[in-house]
Amino acid sequence: MRGLKSASVAIVGAAESDLGLCAPGTSPIDLMAQATLRALEDSGLKISDIDAIFSASTQTRYTTLALKEYLGLEPSYHDNSHIGGASFMTHVAHAMMALEQGLCKVALITYGSTQKSVSRAAASPREYNPYETPYSPFLPAAAYAMAAARHMHQYGTTREHLAQVAVSARQWALKNPIAWEKTPLSIEDALSAKMVSYPLTVRDCCLVSDGGGAILLTVSDRARDLRKKPVYVLGVGEALSHLSISNMPDLTVTAATRSGPLAFNMAKLGVKDVDVALLYDAFSINTILFLEDLGFCPKGEGGRFVQGGAISPGGSCPVNTNGGGLSYCHPGMYGLMLLIEATRQIRGECGDRQIGGCEVALAHGNGGVLSSQATVILGAQP
Amino acid sequence: MSTFNLTAESPLGVFKQFCEEGKLAYQVTPSGQAVFYPRIVAPQTGETLSWQISKGEGTVYSTSVIHLKGIEPYNIALIDLDEGFRMMSRVEEMPPEKVSIGMRVKMKMSKDKEGRALPVFVQGDSK
Repeated sequence: MRGLKSASVAIVGAAESDLGLCAPGTSPIDLMAQATLRALEDSGLKISDIDAIFSASTQTRYTTLALKEYLGLEPSYHDNSHIGGASFMTHVAHAMMALEQGLCKVALITYGSTQKSVSRAAASPREYNPYETPYSPFLPAAAYAMAAARHMHQYGTTREHLAQVAVSARQWALKNPIAWEKTPLSIEDALSAKMVSYPLTVRDCCLVSDGGGAILLTVSDRARDLRKKPVYVLGVGEALSHLSISNMPDLTVTAATRSGPLAFNMAKLGVKDVDVALLYDAFSINTILFLEDLGFCPKGEGGRFVQGGAISPGGSCPVNTNGGGLSYCHPGMYGLMLLIEATRQIRGECGDRQIGGCEVALAHGNGGVLSSQATVILGAQP
Repeated sequence: MSTFNLTAESPLGVFKQFCEEGKLAYQVTPSGQAVFYPRIVAPQTGETLSWQISKGEGTVYSTSVIHLKGIEPYNIALIDLDEGFRMMSRVEEMPPEKVSIGMRVKMKMSKDKEGRALPVFVQGDSK
């Protein structure tokens, strides 16, 4: 984004909370606090060092107030911006602005959800839309299903291509000890799974998990004195498109076509420089759309691009090495989990799933029904 | 300047009243651009909008069949009306999986769960 300076800030701490299914009574703020303490431990910073809070939640509306109260923080800056799952990429951009301007010194971005424990309906009730709700559209799944149907119609993408996205995610998940899914998945398994919203089966849809995470950012000069190798924020871009799926101009083209170039231009990098891509896979079609819209393959070729395992372990274009929202964890809004994995890949902390010589990682967030798109490019070097 | 007096009527209220009369209403800008959903001013320009009645003829832009526990699979679709606006609806009176992208459809005023008028679509004549 224009006005921000590439590599002025770095991620210095990153951690997940407990993931999967939490004990009854666990609150989203419990999960955020746990992840925050783990991120502090990762960085060598203390609670009292945090002077800016960035968060968003569907379960606790005044999230920054809740965190201030729970952890006894004294923020000089805060931001509760909420654009769905991409909120946390937006928070990186906003934290960068605040840090560059000297409005704060250590920024916390955190998220937590108990949507598996309390049910999705309770954790994320949908707003009534008088022009959509009467048709019982089963959102968000049906919106992504209609994007997939349109992509299949226009570009010859097949259900097998969609299934391959789920299979690749599962192959990565089997290399991640904390991923939820523990068993192999075949194309046939994915195709024959329970249909949710045609053409998407349950295997094309993300997990419903409890969980959360936290990252800490500070200015790059200070980052170099902390516990871990700084992970520099090289580029950020955000783009808003629409609120309801009825108002998305073209269901096969997302606003990642705008957020991507903003981030790449700021980083002075191109797709060829990206060693690992973390793409918000709430549904299998997302990965295909974002591969196209961010420039990893031409428009319409996403299905054929993933066919044969390009995004699987050992493939030419590693994507979603944590196992993705499809097989690792998806706590309602997933963007922060992508930033955590991207940070770990740059640091070389990913064990069996580590991408060799990972210098540049792209984390792309999506919110709503392909509504908001935000891209963050992280690097090992400023 | 919007001429809408929100203490007297709302965009949704007017739309629903037309529905009760069996009419699918939409709005147009002074230059004739269709706008949907109904609102108090035109997006981008802030110009005053006027109401029009759609012929109710259109094409399926995209479609899905929703499978939920305990109920029969049903259709959901985005319809591009010939006047140049898109809306969410359902295509009825045919198996939901037979609804296809590009299919011609025409509006039929149905009723929602509360018995209020709700525009749905059925298969139409080819163009």
